Order: sequence, then structure tokens, then C-alpha cells
Amino acid sequence: DKTRRNILNQLKSIVGQGPLNQAAVMEIEALLLQADVGVEATDFIIDALQQKLREEVLPPDAAIAYLKQIIRDMLDTPIQKSPKSAFAPEKDTLNIWLMTGVNGAGKTTTIGKLAHLSQKSGYKTLIGAADTFRAAAVEQVKVWGSRSGVEVVSNPGKNTDPAAVVFDAITAAKARNTELLLVDTAGRLQNKKNLMEELSKIRRIIDKKAPNAKVESLLVLDATLGQNGLRQAEVFSQAAQLSGVVLTKLDGTAKGGVALAVVKQLGLPIRFIGAGEGIEDLRPFSSYEFVEALLSG
Amino acid sequence: MFDALSDRLDSAWKKLRGQDKISQSNIQEALREVRRALLEADVNLQVVKDFITEVEAKAQGAEVISGVRPDQQFIKIVYDELLGVMGEENVPLAEATTAPTIVLMAGLQGTGKTTATAKLALHLRKINRSCMMVATDVYRPAAIDQLKTLGKQIEVPVFDMGSDANPVEIARQGVERAKAEGIDTVIIDTAGRLQIDQDMMGELARIKETVQPHEILLVVDAMTGQEAASLTRTFHEQIGITGAILTKMDGDSRGGAALSVRRISGQPIKFIGVGEKVEALQPFYPDRMASRILGMGDVLTLVEKA
Ligand SMILES: Nc1nc2c(ncn2[C@@H]2O[C@H](COP(=O)(O)OP(=O)(O)OP(=O)(O)O)[C@@H](O)[C@H]2O)c(=O)[nH]1
Ligand SMILES: Nc1nc2c(ncn2[C@@H]2O[C@H](COP(=O)(O)OP(=O)(O)OP(=O)(O)O)[C@@H](O)[C@H]2O)c(=O)[nH]1
Ligand SMILES: [Mg+2]
Ligand SMILES: [Mg+2]
Repeated sequence: DKTRRNILNQLKSIVGQGPLNQAAVMEIEALLLQADVGVEATDFIIDALQQKLREEVLPPDAAIAYLKQIIRDMLDTPIQKSPKSAFAPEKDTLNIWLMTGVNGAGKTTTIGKLAHLSQKSGYKTLIGAADTFRAAAVEQVKVWGSRSGVEVVSNPGKNTDPAAVVFDAITAAKARNTELLLVDTAGRLQNKKNLMEELSKIRRIIDKKAPNAKVESLLVLDATLGQNGLRQAEVFSQAAQLSGVVLTKLDGTAKGGVALAVVKQLGLPIRFIGAGEGIEDLRPFSSYEFVEALLSG
Repeated sequence: MFDALSDRLDSAWKKLRGQDKISQSNIQEALREVRRALLEADVNLQVVKDFITEVEAKAQGAEVISGVRPDQQFIKIVYDELLGVMGEENVPLAEATTAPTIVLMAGLQGTGKTTATAKLALHLRKINRSCMMVATDVYRPAAIDQLKTLGKQIEVPVFDMGSDANPVEIARQGVERAKAEGIDTVIIDTAGRLQIDQDMMGELARIKETVQPHEILLVVDAMTGQEAASLTRTFHEQIGITGAILTKMDGDSRGGAALSVRRISGQPIKFIGVGEKVEALQPFYPDRMASRILGMGDVLTLVEKA
């Protein structure tokens, strides 16, 4: 967290207009490491850049453009594999979006924002409150539901089985011709075997009870997270058959670079970013914006 | 994914073996491995750089003790240096000479402040210090409910004024109430805030001015990455923390944030959170943290030999 300067100016002050040298590459490396990209993914990016610089003498702006291209390609690879251009629920059918992640990542808040967006876009929306564990988790998600007029299916009993709540929520969704069912789950650390098993069970209930539904299983990652994010993605991927990532808290100064490593290693696309605590503070993911912010120092 | 530092240093040692001094030239590869290990453990890059410089200086010219492998000796130098930064032993919670002791909790969103407030209250109650918790988070949906639910679980009273009141005023009246009731310790839970949010940081500063806490604890998630440095710096500069709580230590993160927090604030980490339940609070032990960051459970036995 040195003075935040535009990387291009920073590099120009090191090398002038001349070709990018080793000192400049080291600056870029530091920038990536400070953005939580991690040693391995940083090595990968730097190697790709060095390779190019060996083939061709590049002035700073061309080198930066190439660097941005490398990172954007990493981010866009999983998205290019999917046929749809925009990420949205399918109309006139049941879509189920399961939100998963470690404690405090922003799952419930993201559900609140998504419910609002979905309602605004005219989808019949429902929320399943499957965090039956944390103090006042149901009350929290109910407040979010009421902000956009979306109903919340919950079980008033204490420490009830979250899979049972999901079962009830799917029943309700079918009865009401719901188009998007958002499922909130309790935060869990990926090294807790029993809690990950509980999550697998929730996922199995969804597949069994709603075999024709379009299911998206999203991992919520906090942008302030360090390298543990990779481990989270690996283990949650197994338990919940992840199909994507939501990156929250990008309104802070943290860059969320570990998400880049997650995309690279697990091939999971980033779908949304959270940039605030307000109901409107959710945006579709843009690799362009992400890379600009990542390299803004 | 993470190898113990001792394993990764293996190849670096080949250069050291058979030499009787650790010198600038034969140590570079080992230092590079330490740098990598610390970065993978999420220690802030700037903190890593300073740390490596210090280790290098300490290691310069250290005689290789006969009977001790140079790699073990080098690890001991790294470990001792890390321990030095972490602080030698665990530091207890402040206690005011005249009650109530006032504790203010602060930190980013979702780090575990509300949970830690309840954990701390339970911990104090168990050692016969009466407690009151004050609910000043008027922003997050159901934040007050959350604290009240926890309060019921641990049988500790919660002072709140609903979510339409001003947090500074809630804090002030909460402390007044605790005084009137002869409570030993008041713990003030606050809303999560980004360190760059000037309005929210201003609010926290006003709470501090108003209640004059004896302890201001920065609650930091053990999984935090590079940002740990910047958030600690800003909270410390603008509010002045007296200690920290490292939460979610029951996970498998390496917790390099601890080093950044210590290094940048100079304040001790007092407790760690090791679970979601209210009992899951432990004192902070610097030696365990140092081993964890280095990824070496066995560092202690190794070091004893050196
Ligand atoms: N600044 C900021 N804060 C956010 C964002 N998303 C969520 N938060 C805050 O982060 C905190 C935790 O959010 P929650 O939605 O409760 O997180 P969760 O993952 O549901 O937490 P658990 O259910 O306890 O595991 C709250 O204070 C939110 O207001 C974001 O994009 N930016
Ligand atoms: N596994 C584990 N979870 C924890 C620990 N401490 C807190 N949590 C969980 O982390 C999540 C966030 O905790 P909170 O206490 O609500 O965090 P907060 O800092 O008050 O959040 P905001 O008020 O929204 O800023 C909850 O799901 C807690 O149960 C811990 O030590 N270990
Ligand atoms: Mg939640
Ligand atoms: Mg809270």
C-alpha cells in the first residue's frame, strides 16, 4: 500500500520510454503480489510477460497492454466456454442459485442484492433461508427479502436441518411457479468435514427434488481474502459442484487477486462483484474493469 | 500446496553444507524460499521485505555450530526473528482501576466482531467479571438481534436503543447504564467498516472520544491477505488500537495477517477465535502462531536442538 500511482506512469518513471527492463518487471510482480494474486499465479503471469519481452522489445505502454491481455484472457477463458453471453436466470422455468462460502464472506447480503435485481427484472423470486445456525441469520435474510418484496421460506425451529428448509423452499417454489429460488446457506470453513458434508447434502436435495431446475452453485469470496481462497474454491467445488464465483467487498482497497488464481486453477467464472452494503451494490463481472482496478496500484 | 519451510529449504541447504559460516552469498537461495513461504502465508509484501532484511542481517556471519545442521540453525534464526515480532508471551485484556473497564471492538465487515464480543463477555463472566454488551451496529440488518440472541445464550445483558438511534449516543448511554449498574466490563460492538470510509471512521473516532475506552480491539480475520497491512495502519492511525483479535483460526489459513498486524501496529494480538460457538476463544500464543505461519508444527522440537 504505497502511494497509489498509475502503473504506467510508475513504469515510465523507471524505464522512460525505452524497452521494459527487469526492474520494471519486478515492479509489476510486486503489484500482483500485493493484490493477493499469489506466488504461483504471479509467476505464471510474469513468465508469460518475460517470454513476450524476449521475443519483442516493447515500450511500457505496449507491455502493459500485453500484460492486461494475459490477465483478461485468464479471466475470460471459463466464460468463453459457456454458450450464453449474459449470465441470467432462464425465464419460465425454475432456476436455483445456491450461495455458499466461508463465514462472513457476504452470502446473505448478496442474496439480498440478487433478490432485488431479480424482482426488478421481472422474475418470480423466492428466498430459502437455509442458514439455520448463526444467531439472527434468518432475521437478517428476512430484512433483505422485505426490502425488495421477496418472500422468504424459513423454518422457525432452532437448529433445524438446513436441507429440510431447502426441501420446503423447493416445494414452495414449484407451487408458486417461482423462476428464481435463491438459497442462503450458513458460513462454513472448508476444513470442517461435517459442515461440508451438510452442504453436499443440500446440493443433493436440490438435484433430487428439482432435477429439471437450472442450478447455479456460487462461491462467495471476500476480496480481502488471501491465499486461503484457493483452498476454499477447491473444497467447496467438491461439496457443492460450484459453477461460479461472486467476489464481494470490492468497494474497499483490496483487489481480490486470489479470485484470479481461483479462475485459473479451477476454471470457475466470476459472475458478480459486490461493491458495497447497499441493495444496488452488485454488478455483473467485467474482466476489463477487474484488470484495470487490479493494476491501478 | 504449502510445504513446510524445512522441506522447501532442502535444496537451498545443499549450498550451505560443508561451509562453516552463513554468508551473504550462500544464504540468498534460502532467503528466497523464506520470502516465498511468507508470501504464501499472506504476510504483506512490505512486511516480508523488512523481515527478510532483518533475518539476513542476523544470519550474516553466524557460526555454524558443530553438530547442528546449518538449515536447522537458519530456521532457528528465522523462527526467533518471527517470535520477536509476534511478542514474547500472551497479553491479557486490560482492566481499569475503577470499573467499568470499557472495551471497543472495531474492524472490517464480517470479520467476527459481534461473535467476538459475545465470546469475550463469556470469557470474562467465567472469571467472575460481570459484563454488559452494547449494540451500536444500526446498519447491518438484524445486527442488534444477533447480539441479543448471543446475549441470551451466554446470559449477559445487551444494551440497545434500536436501529434508529445514533451509534455514538448508544455507546454513551450504554456505558452510563453499566456504571449505574456496577458492571465490571462493558464491551461495545460496532458496525463493520472499511478503513477508507471516512464517515464511518469518523463515527468510530467519536465513539472513542465519547466513551474513552481502556481497550480498543481490532478484529481481524485470519484469512485476510495483503490488505491486513493497510487496514491495520489506518485503524491504528485514526483510532489507535490497543490490541487485536484474530478470528477464524479454526480454519486452515496460515494466518500471515498476524505478522502484518503486529508489525504495523506494534500492538499485541490478545485472543484468537477458533470457532463459531461462544466458547471458541483462546489466548494468543506467539510461538504457535510463528510455527503456523512457517507451516511447521514441529518447529519447536527442531529449534530445541539448535
Ligand atoms: N463493504 C462491503 N461490505 C459488504 C459487501 N457484501 C457484504 N458486506 C458486509 O459484510 C458483512 C457480512 O455479510 P453477510 O452477507 O452477512 O455475510 P455472510 O456470508 O452471509 O455471513 P455468514 O452468514 O455469517 O457466514 C456485512 O456487514 C455486510 O454488510 C460488499 O460488497 N462491500
Ligand atoms: N469458524 C469461525 N467462524 C467465526 C469465528 N468468529 C466469527 N465467525 C463467524 O463469522 C461470521 C461473521 O461473524 P460476525 O460476528 O457476524 O462478524 P462481524 O464482524 O460482527 O460482522 P459485521 O457486523 O457484519 O461487520 C459469522 O458466521 C460467525 O459465526 C471464528 O473464530 N471461527
Ligand atoms: Mg449469512
Ligand atoms: Mg457485527
